[in-house]
Amino acid sequence: MFVALRDLGFARGRFTLIASVVALITLLVGFLTGLTGGLAGQNVDSVLSWKADRLAVAEPTGGTDPQLATSTLTQQQVDDYAKASGATVSPVGISQVSATHGDVTGGLALMAGTPGAGTGPGADADTPAPTKGEVVLSEDAADALGAATGDEINVAGQDLRVSAVTGTGHYAHVPVAAVDLSTWRGLATRLGAPHGTAATALLITGKPDKDAVAAGDAAAHTVSLSGLNELTAIGSFRSEIGSLGLMIGLLLAISALVIGAFFTVWTLQRKGDIAVLRALGAPVSALRRDALGQAGLVLVIGIALGLAVVVAVGSVLQGSLPFVLSPLTTLGPGLLMAVLGLIGAAAALRSVTHTDPLTALGSNR
Amino acid sequence: MITLKNLTLTYPDGASRVTALDDVTLAPGAGTLTGITGPSGSGKSSLLAVASTLVRPDSGSVLIDGEDVTKLSDKDATRLRRTSLGIVFQQSNLVPSLTARDQLRAVTELAGSRAQRRAAATRADELLEAVGLSEQAGLRPHQLSGGQRQRVNIARALVTDPSVLLVDEPTSALDSVSGAAVIDLIADLTERTGTTTLLVTHDLQHAPRFDRLVNLVDGRITADTGADGVTREAVETMTRAA
Repeated sequence: MFVALRDLGFARGRFTLIASVVALITLLVGFLTGLTGGLAGQNVDSVLSWKADRLAVAEPTGGTDPQLATSTLTQQQVDDYAKASGATVSPVGISQVSATHGDVTGGLALMAGTPGAGTGPGADADTPAPTKGEVVLSEDAADALGAATGDEINVAGQDLRVSAVTGTGHYAHVPVAAVDLSTWRGLATRLGAPHGTAATALLITGKPDKDAVAAGDAAAHTVSLSGLNELTAIGSFRSEIGSLGLMIGLLLAISALVIGAFFTVWTLQRKGDIAVLRALGAPVSALRRDALGQAGLVLVIGIALGLAVVVAVGSVLQGSLPFVLSPLTTLGPGLLMAVLGLIGAAAALRSVTHTDPLTALGSNR
Repeated sequence: MITLKNLTLTYPDGASRVTALDDVTLAPGAGTLTGITGPSGSGKSSLLAVASTLVRPDSGSVLIDGEDVTKLSDKDATRLRRTSLGIVFQQSNLVPSLTARDQLRAVTELAGSRAQRRAAATRADELLEAVGLSEQAGLRPHQLSGGQRQRVNIARALVTDPSVLLVDEPTSALDSVSGAAVIDLIADLTERTGTTTLLVTHDLQHAPRFDRLVNLVDGRITADTGADGVTREAVETMTRAA
């Protein structure tokens, strides 16, 4: 990096400019990634805590994608799936409702499942499962409604006693509250679900083989989903993460292009110097290493600056915005930017290889 | 030491080829300064390009310290230029971001071993003193005069103690006083370091400082003073013949 470091000092203005651009892009990518993480968490963190290997939802009609929001299953379907697949299944009920506590009204995602299925708002094993007529509120739900343990809230005309406040689970950006299955079934029917609705979806444990899953789906008219597909059954998750992911991807591509363009121009301006150094015996590999080291240093400085601001501002915002500050949302995109930037710079350095040292002779320069 | 044997070089020119060097043979002695002159297009620069391994001849050989360098791979030719050849460019061709001292160290710093880098750093200081630029060692090219830049250019070519020094029109961008000083410097350094120096020039004003003068026309050596020195009369004869 002998020449590279001296170039950095000599052309301080230009390198400060490009490092600032890298820092600003890192800032944007960092904020978007943190926000994406936060929004994704508010969308699906309760689903991620479900103790299941697969999820089965009602077969959609009219060529639409399987959706938790529109899925309803009868007890017959639950039984048919279990019988045909031989898998262990447990029903889960989900409804997005409006709840009232005194004068305060707020949104809730009511979830119901069998004990141990992880369908409550928190992972606290000591919290007793709600019994008929009871509700366990997440902390955000309790805050939103101004309710505490022992209070009563009203959902669709039915009073529910708050048996506990625990956890931070969210579903589709709404805080989660847990009720028992029979309470949920009653409320679901009252809220417009078809008569006889027994569940929204089935949690399947035990990793049944492909044929068993297919048999279960065929018998119960369901669609089984696993991994990321489970999450895409939440409509808002797909559109939200898709658009935010696209923005992050475009920003990363822009950063690679900006770095590539800068180093293309920079290398072209240095072509004469490169020809001289090559004529004097500097190997192409050493010149390329030197130039890549320069690009790497600019990237590291820019990315470090950008990440420092993301961490500083992100830690302040975390309390008031759905923003996740973690190695995955800071170092991850930073590393990706560094790699893509280096690829951009490496592509720009092709002219180092193509520079003819002969041009250093005569009056060609 | 460098020996050019039966060098022939042609360039494509449309459908035909132009002969740049035509059976050139030259064996200057070690520690001598040989001037190569001739009209534009006579093959002077081509001779330098072939001698510096930057262009391969169609036929013939270039022996540097006994090794035929026309057969070397690009990698080995690059190494040879780094270790055994010094090149002084027509324009000083200094890297704008480097100080005078760093100009001399750059190539060794990029590709040399630790010992070579240490040696180059020491040698850089010695050479800058030898060319009278110790006090300007920390200055960048834009802070130096044209003559000073050319002296850095010369010192840079000698930093690895090359056995062969190739000099391309070193006075073309200088006034006559600076030009004379540069030629004196090259002649002194050639004598002191025992380097074999080939110097391409149009300007025969300083030719009496050369140990030998060769005239090229259309790629062929048409006159050669031999190794006994260059007299004013020989220069005048050569000028008239040209």
